Amino acid sequence: MIGGRFLGQNRRSAAPRLDLSHNIILYLEGISVSFDGFKALNDLNLYIEAGELRCIIGPNGAGKTTMMDVITGKTRPDTGSAWFGQTVDLLSLSEPEIATAGIGRKFQKPTIFPNHTTFENLELAMAGDKAVWKVLFARISSEQADRIDSVLRTIGLSDKRNVLAGSLSHGQKQWLEIGMLLMQSPELLLVDEPVAGMTPQETERTAELLVSLSGTHSVVVVEHDMAFVRSIARTVTVLHQGSVLAEGSMDQVQNDPKVIEVYLGD
Amino acid sequence: MIVRKLLLSDRGSQLFFAVLLATTVLVPLLNAVVPDGSMLHLPNYSVALIGKYMTYALMAISVDLIWGYCGILSLGHTAFFALGGYAMGMYLMRQIGTRGVYGDPVLPDFMVFLNWKELPWFWQGMDHFGFAMLMVVVAPGLLAWLFGWFAFRSRVTGVYLSIITQALTYALLLAFFRNEMGFGGNNGLTDFKDLLGFDLQAQHTRIGLFLATAIALALSYAACRYIIGSRLGRVVEAVRDAESRTRFIGYKVENVKLWLWTFSAVIAGVAGALYVPQVGIINPGEFAPINSIEVVVWVAVGGRGTLYGAALGALLVNYAKTYFTAALPEVWLYALGALFVGVTLFLPQGIVGLITKLARNRTTS
Repeated sequence: MIGGRFLGQNRRSAAPRLDLSHNIILYLEGISVSFDGFKALNDLNLYIEAGELRCIIGPNGAGKTTMMDVITGKTRPDTGSAWFGQTVDLLSLSEPEIATAGIGRKFQKPTIFPNHTTFENLELAMAGDKAVWKVLFARISSEQADRIDSVLRTIGLSDKRNVLAGSLSHGQKQWLEIGMLLMQSPELLLVDEPVAGMTPQETERTAELLVSLSGTHSVVVVEHDMAFVRSIARTVTVLHQGSVLAEGSMDQVQNDPKVIEVYLGD
Repeated sequence: MIVRKLLLSDRGSQLFFAVLLATTVLVPLLNAVVPDGSMLHLPNYSVALIGKYMTYALMAISVDLIWGYCGILSLGHTAFFALGGYAMGMYLMRQIGTRGVYGDPVLPDFMVFLNWKELPWFWQGMDHFGFAMLMVVVAPGLLAWLFGWFAFRSRVTGVYLSIITQALTYALLLAFFRNEMGFGGNNGLTDFKDLLGFDLQAQHTRIGLFLATAIALALSYAACRYIIGSRLGRVVEAVRDAESRTRFIGYKVENVKLWLWTFSAVIAGVAGALYVPQVGIINPGEFAPINSIEVVVWVAVGGRGTLYGAALGALLVNYAKTYFTAALPEVWLYALGALFVGVTLFLPQGIVGLITKLARNRTTS
């Protein structure tokens, strides 16, 4: 059993094997977070299936970003539980431990390392032992270099390999950040407003990229752009005042009277 | 292989090693081989002065490592310098033996003066050179590790961290001023006689200390360059540029900072230990916050995030200081302040940044 784990193809050494036996990768149950009396999340319940592409929409202040913060360990909820697969209790782990366990996060504002090249950005994000001593003596193997180059192709930045990331365009930075997520070999990708500030062509390419990632990864996208959500979503969750208002296909959700009321006002 | 990579890594480092090598060869030659009457003869005090400057360069490199590369602005780094210096000073005090004013074989003069009957526990073993040298590294390293463990774990950053570092060195300043602490109070430790049996005033001892400083500088520089060139170096810069991103891709940022911070403090401690025998005294004034700020000015003037820029800045500013404090003593502090303001406003990358910019303009035009 243990031997199997070490001999298996999955070489993410530090991460415990993710148990997806019930086909659910993420459980959020009864999560509440309040900041100075303001309830950012209020008894939130959310389940994400393995390999699913889920879009989360909701008006400003609905708690979308706070939810991401809870999943990635940045914010601790007042009550509730968060499980990654059947066995990983997210509330007991720190941010780097959650990242190593297999959850990657893309921020709303593209955050890349501006003074490193595109290649180096991906190198830093690469899955592996990230302890100080290991990193001090780390060398890139040719397999790892190949892997970085293949991710560069996936995100369409092969020709920017040795360019400082700070000089990339806004859209390219967004892709680079998605590429950095891929280098972590995560099971679950959390993507916060990936197309904000993108041109229509860039938006279209991003949609293709995210759709191609689902299946092998579970992807959760928070987005304001309805046209974009419509183009990629299979299941949409609407958040409102910190809890789930509606869930279903885009058409179901758009025709839901509660959703119409929230979005159009009463 | 590694040596070649280090030497060929960049123009500035090549220049640094070339200048260091030339100095290391020339200074002893001009001092010991060239006869006394000659124009080219270097007096003994100049050897000690250049040695002192080199300990400053070492100090500047230690600050540049954490400030230039990791974005941690320490305004209390001379605390580690002074601790290393005190460890060396304690060894040198124990070597005086019966040659002190009171002639006590064990107790240093100030303890006899305070009517102490026996050596405090923390002075035990300091008469062994090896143990004392261990303390040169352990005392600053341990303090840095403890301080960093609390500060980085609670995610204190930026200006707040700078203020705490300043408070740290100020607290040590006050503590070391007290006679009861057992470090000689405001007089500090002085009247050193010899080191490993060699007379500190003798020419060959001075040259030996100078060479030891040169070797420490070269090794520390190479070690810093190796760290910066490794993947860890890229992580360190990533922490500086986007700390939370680094955390979310799985690095334990506080461990990275703690490790680099402690290493930097150890270098500062070694610099202090080499400083003390060449200057002949260590007193609590070394803990003064202004000293730490001066180091930051050296690094800013030279150009931070380059290592060799820090060394250059340390030499230039201290040369200016030696000149000013002799010619126009009352002007020096104003000049230092003006220098810092001027560099911050007009030369954010320091002198090194200016030179590279000029060189680039020349090649493009």
